[in-house]
Amino acid sequence: MSSADAVAVILVAGATLYAVFAGADFGAGVWQLLARREGDADLRERIEARVAGSLGPVWEANHVWLIFVLVVLWTGFPDAFAPIMETLYVPLALAVTGIVLRGSGFAFGHILEGRLGGSSRNVFAVSSLITPFFLGAAVGSIASGDVEAGGSGDALGWIGPLPVLIGVLFVVSCSYIAAVFLLDDSRRAGDDQLALYFQRRAIGAGVVAGGVAAVGLVVLRIDARYVFDGLVDEGLPLLIVSVALGLLTLAGLLRGWKRGLRPLAIGAVVAVVAGWAVAQYPYLLPQTLTVEAGAGADGALTATIWVFVAALVVVGPSIALLYRLAQGQELE
Amino acid sequence: VSTLASSLPLADNLLAARELMAFTLGFHIILSCIGIALPAMMLIAEHRGLRHDDDAALGLARQWSKAAAVLFAVGAVTGTVLSFEMGLLWPHFMERYGDVFGTGFAIEGIFFFTEAIFIAIYIYGWKRLKGWAHFWSGIPIVIAGVGGAFSVVAVNSWMNQPQGFELDAAGQVTNVEPLRALFNPATVYEFPHMLIGAYMVVGFGLASIYAFGMLKGRRERRHRLGLIIPLTVAAILTPLQIFVGDVAARGVADHQPSKFAGFECIRDTGPDQTEWLGGICTESGVKYGIGIPGLDSWLVGYSTDTVVTGLDRVPDDQRPPSNTMLHLAFNAMVGVGFGLLALGAWFGASWYRRRDIPPTRWFLRAVSLSGIGAVLALESGWIVTEVGRQPWIVYEVMRTSEAVTSAGGLWFVFGGAVLLYATLGTISVIALRTIARRSGDEGSVPYGPPPGGGTAGSE
Repeated sequence: MSSADAVAVILVAGATLYAVFAGADFGAGVWQLLARREGDADLRERIEARVAGSLGPVWEANHVWLIFVLVVLWTGFPDAFAPIMETLYVPLALAVTGIVLRGSGFAFGHILEGRLGGSSRNVFAVSSLITPFFLGAAVGSIASGDVEAGGSGDALGWIGPLPVLIGVLFVVSCSYIAAVFLLDDSRRAGDDQLALYFQRRAIGAGVVAGGVAAVGLVVLRIDARYVFDGLVDEGLPLLIVSVALGLLTLAGLLRGWKRGLRPLAIGAVVAVVAGWAVAQYPYLLPQTLTVEAGAGADGALTATIWVFVAALVVVGPSIALLYRLAQGQELE
Repeated sequence: VSTLASSLPLADNLLAARELMAFTLGFHIILSCIGIALPAMMLIAEHRGLRHDDDAALGLARQWSKAAAVLFAVGAVTGTVLSFEMGLLWPHFMERYGDVFGTGFAIEGIFFFTEAIFIAIYIYGWKRLKGWAHFWSGIPIVIAGVGGAFSVVAVNSWMNQPQGFELDAAGQVTNVEPLRALFNPATVYEFPHMLIGAYMVVGFGLASIYAFGMLKGRRERRHRLGLIIPLTVAAILTPLQIFVGDVAARGVADHQPSKFAGFECIRDTGPDQTEWLGGICTESGVKYGIGIPGLDSWLVGYSTDTVVTGLDRVPDDQRPPSNTMLHLAFNAMVGVGFGLLALGAWFGASWYRRRDIPPTRWFLRAVSLSGIGAVLALESGWIVTEVGRQPWIVYEVMRTSEAVTSAGGLWFVFGGAVLLYATLGTISVIALRTIARRSGDEGSVPYGPPPGGGTAGSE
């Protein structure tokens, strides 16, 4: 494996960590948004409290994976980073606007009371839809070949069936992962009624996500033939694993399993992201820029690999410590 | 939209992109300073509280940690905006040099993670960690602040003193050495200058809030400590900052003569240069300023015979813009610095003689203005270094105009950003005031556990 390939793997790993953990945070915001339609004020409050409690300690650390992915992209593959930014500036600017609204809405929602506090929490909830949708649209646009090496592309090229569908898929998948996480957290906190609430929603979101993904495959075949061919060829084993894990999670949800749902749901997402990466390989930008051609200087690639290892060494134990604390254990 | 956008001239794009970057960075830099230095203030207060069993000091530490939580969250998202803007506004800069300096940001990522995780541990820890264990859980945040400042400022220093790469005959970047890029000659003075600046902004800023409270009659121990702790830190650092700033100015005179000539309004190269305080820079010299003959040469080389490069040696199209603004910004930074030095000395002298702050309301008035002064100095310094580097994005290697995006509609984005950030700023202040009104356990905090151990989020 060349060092460019290794950095590409790091890029995919960072994106996967972001998709799973920050994805769950975005999805939790979506559930908070939908909870506003619940007539039962007590339930609404418990949902808000559950969302706030589950995101509270980890939301920023989860968010940092996005920064990490951006930095690895521009350090490892500057020739891909520039055209992506110059072509997809509309969805990316909207995604980052969503990030600003969501993060600040979340923070202010904790502190402020009354109307301003309520509006902050609403801004948090609504903007949880914005960011995953536009990031998904950007990914879909790259897959369909809108972004060309060295080009600045068409500013509105991302408005097409595939990007929009992938955007929707991102939102639905985030909601699905979030429901599974929140179900687990509710059960851990001893609120079985809330656990049941999220169990039902996880099943619903899972079915919708599966449906959108199936339609997505058809659109992928039309709009992004290269990626589709890769997905049903080299990527097929991973695609099968993803579908199998997804179905298994669904079965577990229907039968009310008490354990193992969280890793299964994570596994399904990891497999589909990996499948996508394998399908798109060797291209960073199908079909104009390969990993090898887009790679930055050797020194930068080597440094990126070391920094990634260091990041795992620092982040792993610290986040484990934080989870122990957040789950209520006293530490010595 | 796209046709309208692409019909706008690119020169306009350059100005819009620069204004957008300057505005969002100028906002974020204040939050960065808080992220760098507030944790240290919080830990100093906690240390005092634990050591002397001082509840007022512990209360301050707790209060400051809540403020830190809100401002860290806002800083995290406004920082993300900058990461995106690097690519959205300057794609050709990133395309060409992303791999040369990118490692600095990658390292910053590790510090960013550390900060994000340990601020949560520290805030959770108020309920779940005992005594000194809680104190130690805050130390990684302080270290992450220093490390993060280093990595980001090293990249800025690189833009001023680019090295760690070569350009081949075709103009392609080769022989990239990321570490050499980060440890460039400007890092040596830019990093300590920014780090100490951050501690001064937070030190004087916090002290000014409590001085204002004392002026309104709140004289209890907590307010006095809230003034004395941060003011002591800031007062000790101010003379050091003036020393570092002096080294930095000489470094700039040496490494970036066009920037130096720009902010000192030097037209003609030669010895015996006048140091101008205030005034307007014109083609025929400085108007309406106070001139001290020979001082500029003396400051650069400790002799009035020192030859200082003027703008006459800089080709027209390589001169920094807005000389008068640069000059006044530089003056403002240095002037405020000396004002703060005097304030610190006043405080120090009183403390030495009577172990107390000076017994006059004038002192409290001065301290309550010092926070605004420190922020003014910070922003002025940033203007000097950024505008002074123009027209280059990478000094004498790449022009800012070569780096800018072709994307349209940036003035609309600029307008949106101003509205959004004005709202963020206003609500941040309201949130901080809400925190100030509450005490101890009351209310929930971002990153923290639900209040009172019960259910959270009730209205």
